[in-house]
Amino acid sequence: MDFSLSEEQQLLKDSIEKFVSSDYDFEARRELVNSDLGYSAEHWAMFAELGWLGMGFSEADGGYGGSASDLMVIMQSFGKGLVIEPFLANCVLAGGAVAELASGAQKEALLASVIGGEQQLALAYAEKQARYNVANCKTQAQKSGDGYSISGEKIAVLNGGNADTILVLARTSGVQSDEAGLSLFAVPAEAEGLERVAYTTVDGFTGADIKLSNVQLAADALVGEEGNAFTALNRVMDRARLAVCAEALGNMETLLTKTVEYTKTRKQFGFTLSFFQALQHRMADMFVECQQAQSMLLMAAMKFDANAEDAGTAVSAAKARIGQAAKLVGQEAVQLHGGMGVTDELDVGHYFKRLTIIDTLFGNTDYHLKRYTQAMS
Amino acid sequence: MNIDFTQEELDFQQEVRQFFAEHYPKDIQEKIKNNIHPTKEDFIRWQKILNDKGWLAENWPVEYGGTGWTPTQKYIVQQEKARAHVLGTIPFGVTMVAPVIYTYGNEEQKKRFLPDILESNVWWCQGYSEPGAGSDLAALKTSAVRDGDDYIINGTKTWTTLGHWAEWMFCLVRTDPDAPKKQQGISFILIDMTSPGISVSPILTLDEEREVNEVHFDNVRVPAVNLIGEENKGWTYAKLLLTHERTSIANVQNSKVRLEKVKSLAKETPAHDGEGVLWKDEMFRTKVANVELDLTALEYTELRTLAAVASGGAPGPESSILKIKGTEVMQAIDELFVELAGYHAMPFTQAQYHDGFEGERIGDWFETNTGPHYFNNRKQSIFGGTNEIQKGIICKAVLGL
Repeated sequence: MDFSLSEEQQLLKDSIEKFVSSDYDFEARRELVNSDLGYSAEHWAMFAELGWLGMGFSEADGGYGGSASDLMVIMQSFGKGLVIEPFLANCVLAGGAVAELASGAQKEALLASVIGGEQQLALAYAEKQARYNVANCKTQAQKSGDGYSISGEKIAVLNGGNADTILVLARTSGVQSDEAGLSLFAVPAEAEGLERVAYTTVDGFTGADIKLSNVQLAADALVGEEGNAFTALNRVMDRARLAVCAEALGNMETLLTKTVEYTKTRKQFGFTLSFFQALQHRMADMFVECQQAQSMLLMAAMKFDANAEDAGTAVSAAKARIGQAAKLVGQEAVQLHGGMGVTDELDVGHYFKRLTIIDTLFGNTDYHLKRYTQAMS
Repeated sequence: MNIDFTQEELDFQQEVRQFFAEHYPKDIQEKIKNNIHPTKEDFIRWQKILNDKGWLAENWPVEYGGTGWTPTQKYIVQQEKARAHVLGTIPFGVTMVAPVIYTYGNEEQKKRFLPDILESNVWWCQGYSEPGAGSDLAALKTSAVRDGDDYIINGTKTWTTLGHWAEWMFCLVRTDPDAPKKQQGISFILIDMTSPGISVSPILTLDEEREVNEVHFDNVRVPAVNLIGEENKGWTYAKLLLTHERTSIANVQNSKVRLEKVKSLAKETPAHDGEGVLWKDEMFRTKVANVELDLTALEYTELRTLAAVASGGAPGPESSILKIKGTEVMQAIDELFVELAGYHAMPFTQAQYHDGFEGERIGDWFETNTGPHYFNNRKQSIFGGTNEIQKGIICKAVLGL
């Protein structure tokens, strides 16, 4: 058993944290959030150049890492600075699905362009009626000539507005919630019959709802085998869950630091807030929650990397427990900052927003608690 | 990062498992399984067996008779102990006073006290709290006044766990009532409990058991050679002891075994409406799941702390987390047991949880002990520094508040 980071991971962590603390100013981030693109193309090119975009992929797939613990290091560091560049959408979700499912030339072409930062991808799996159940998919892909014709509606497609290619999950056989019969297709964003409504999310990221009406695709748009996408996609989901758990941990660590610092300077009744025990103990609770969250994340990432039999349950355990921690730490950070905590001007509320959305992403606390409870022997 | 045991560690796990299977007395195992109170003789018998194997002093340096185990090995032993329902080692000698003696004691003291601790020849108790010094331990008043080669001790210690079985006490006393800070006038001294002037009186806890005591000192003469380290430096020594106490306080592996017991009982226990079994009740299962999540997190927090200790010496203030979460989890499991027992949490049948009971037993399992155990175990978040004191330590030593 070993909890230490490898030398490479430590270097990666140091370099991302340096970027976050010296080059990722909150005011600049605000401008990026309000820009057309919603993130910085310069940052993205830099991430590619430094090899960060390849850290989500194995060497066999042209990357430089690929383990859950690598992802954890990156996402926790991004979380500390509330980085909004679409790493999760490209390198974990869409890229991850390609890495799991595609083969040969298709895989090479798609992944090389993601790792190089030249192409933007998005993964469209969620549907309104499905909530967090990936298998619940009404979007249909029917054989049409040599290729396919896809129709259906997808929601909450992260990076969906900026994506050049959208990986769409569709049903090629079976009924609505069958795990079998799901297939993944690489759909050019400009394809005829694809309409997207792009938006900024409440936490400053970007997403889109997408409608596909008889979108015609060639046979080579199919990624992986027909009807066999579920298992791989489930694995992608679990990796994404670990990734956002790590991001949440980074968010929480920053919130704790900022809250402690703030209470040491803000004076009321003639004393700094840090003097009051009613507030001190709440910060101790925040600290305990951060530590417990970190433990859960390590446990789940290590089980995932070891291909443990109960890796999926471990991921749910982490997602549920970190969801609880995120709520407590986020709400308390806002509360302890008083009125300033609810202003748009201060970054604290923005961390809170991100933590809130992370709980929703890929299944909320209750969803994962239920998954865990059902697996409990 | 990786989660696996090495082949050597797996071999060690087998060795430990086999040793407990062959050498842990079955009669004591049955008592622990069935919540029967172990006797003083049970503790001593088992500790002697452990010591013969060289496995009693898990955390001591090897030169004094410690095991030299790695954090992973200690974790394995904890797991195997819980799995085999192994009786816990009484901490006062081996875990608490011994590190103070080998860290701050002189050679004479090490020779005099450490072997008897290893051999379980001497039963120790702790003289810290006083009626007027609980959470504010440094406010203690028990006085030690130098008189020739002795100190004369007067005062009262309280919450003295198993003090009625103890032959020696390690004790915090005030040697300088005029010190500018109350922490500066305290000394750490070892007291023979048979000394004239000591009286021990019971305090019954909510389960009506005698576990803790009040100890009175009326002009008790204690040789000055029993003083550990320097006069008035006792607070420093006591703090070392408290962090050692805190790392062992989480009880993770025991909680895991107890939670498994909750699950297996829930599969046989009727649901609250009598329809089906409790294990099928979503609300009950969710409660169990939430406790299990906290426990899993705690297990890894403890492992991280052990790893940190291995690379950097004594456990830091982070060990306060183990105390807080460890006791919260224990108490949550106690509540689940009471819930499982239903109406059979009502009969008060303490006699049947003691050695030699021959009457008719009430309840299928230790149902009737769930209440007393729950009530008694509210102590967990109070002793060893209340959980609020632990939060204070985190605020001061970790967060810098």
